[in-house]
Amino acid sequence: MNLSQQNGDIISVSGLTKKFKDFVAVDDISFSVKKGEIFAFLGPNGAGKSTTIQMLTTLLKPTDGKVMINGNDPAKNKDAVRKSFGIVFQDPSLDSDLTALENMQYHAVLYKVPKEIRGKRIEELLRFVELWDRKNDMVKTFSGGMKRRLEVARGLLHHPRIMFLDEPTLGLDPQTRNHIWSYLKDISEKENMTVFFTTHYMAEAEKVADRIAIIDHGKIVAMGSLAELENQTKTSSLEEAFIAITGNTIREEQVNGVGRMRAMQRLWGRR
Amino acid sequence: MGTIYILWLRQVKKYFRTPSRIIGSLGQPLLFLLVFGFGFGSIYKQAGQGDYIQFLAPGIIMMSVLFTAVFSGIDLIWDRQFGFLKETMVAPVPRWRIMFGKTLGGATVASFQGVIVFIMSLFIGFKVDNLLMLPMAAIFVFLIAMLFTSLGIAIASKLEDMQGFQLIMNFLVMPIFFLSGALFPLEGLPRALALITRLDPLTYGVDGIRESLIGIGTFGIATDLLVVVVIAVILLGIGSYLFERIQA
Repeated sequence: MNLSQQNGDIISVSGLTKKFKDFVAVDDISFSVKKGEIFAFLGPNGAGKSTTIQMLTTLLKPTDGKVMINGNDPAKNKDAVRKSFGIVFQDPSLDSDLTALENMQYHAVLYKVPKEIRGKRIEELLRFVELWDRKNDMVKTFSGGMKRRLEVARGLLHHPRIMFLDEPTLGLDPQTRNHIWSYLKDISEKENMTVFFTTHYMAEAEKVADRIAIIDHGKIVAMGSLAELENQTKTSSLEEAFIAITGNTIREEQVNGVGRMRAMQRLWGRR
Repeated sequence: MGTIYILWLRQVKKYFRTPSRIIGSLGQPLLFLLVFGFGFGSIYKQAGQGDYIQFLAPGIIMMSVLFTAVFSGIDLIWDRQFGFLKETMVAPVPRWRIMFGKTLGGATVASFQGVIVFIMSLFIGFKVDNLLMLPMAAIFVFLIAMLFTSLGIAIASKLEDMQGFQLIMNFLVMPIFFLSGALFPLEGLPRALALITRLDPLTYGVDGIRESLIGIGTFGIATDLLVVVVIAVILLGIGSYLFERIQA
């Protein structure tokens, strides 16, 4: 057992930096998240949120800095880290040519959920997100909200210690958003699961987050509970605090080839 | 084991769920068989070489295996585009197993496509010389399928989107097919062409299956088998190496 675990920190990050050629996407950030905490990671477009999540979840190698996820370093001990978290990505990540059930089974096999309990747990979760009746339908026939719910269910399938959610409620109606958050909170409380999420809906962060960090231009510019942030900025809501901290300019996001292609596909309406 | 199996299963399921794709990809081999087979048949006979359909069919079987295999590998780009690859990449399993499962799945699908073209060719007059050699022919089909699925995955690991696809079709896949001796005998070629055909891995696959099915070949089955196995293993290695380095 190392120091950070003794403190009850399940995520600890110090001096984390990511450079793409001469562009610094994440610039020397440090923070920690306690076990069971719901932690909101906010920032304008292109601030470095997704890059940070990618580094925490072994998808991207940091240029510099130290990360511990559930006692393991994602750069070195990838598989131990991968076992410990579930994730809902910013972009859809389901196989739309498979059924809901098949997507779940695929995940269960990859995460070595024991055969005996696989079926039961999948049913439990699909009922939980109210998709059990649609389990044998191709995912391509699902609405955006249903896909999101399925992704959340899938992420919870292997009972992760940490759930990463990158803008999980983007484009969803308030009903679906509430629905998703109510069961995430529920599970977080019941199983002491940590939730680390990003969002652009300030009201959402206000409502569910125990603690909030705001990142801008790759640096963490504020961190604390809602009350602390409002006090610091002498404002009365997170939205005002957010604007006070990050300013009014609209940001441009860098997009790579894959992003371009996804945008094109959206335009052609393939998805 | 579970990982490899589920990756294989996914590939196979998706193939059988799109019958339109299966039927669509039979159009080209059928066209080649009919048009080349009957079009060049009489010239081929006059040249004293016998029945061209007999010669051509094994080559066309390998053509459909080649195309299906490369596509199965390259569809990794779609997985990446639709984000599904990320889900696979954060899973706590060694990536080589993912790559291997996908390759096996793609190779199974490509082999199946080869079998359909084989059956199709029987209907237009192709006759197998020695039925006992059918398993050998199947081995060549599967090895060539593995080889080119790996190649497809290796290429897809390096491509960000489908922009380069046309380039690969016209400057890699088509030349591999046309220079393989699928359409013409390897004997009596101009020097340069003879050399190029011998650098093409598909040449040995076509030669091997032709020898197995109709007893006519240039290099002998042992040589064909050795070359195809070695190149398949090398490409599988390169494919896993590049796949492992994908940053999703």
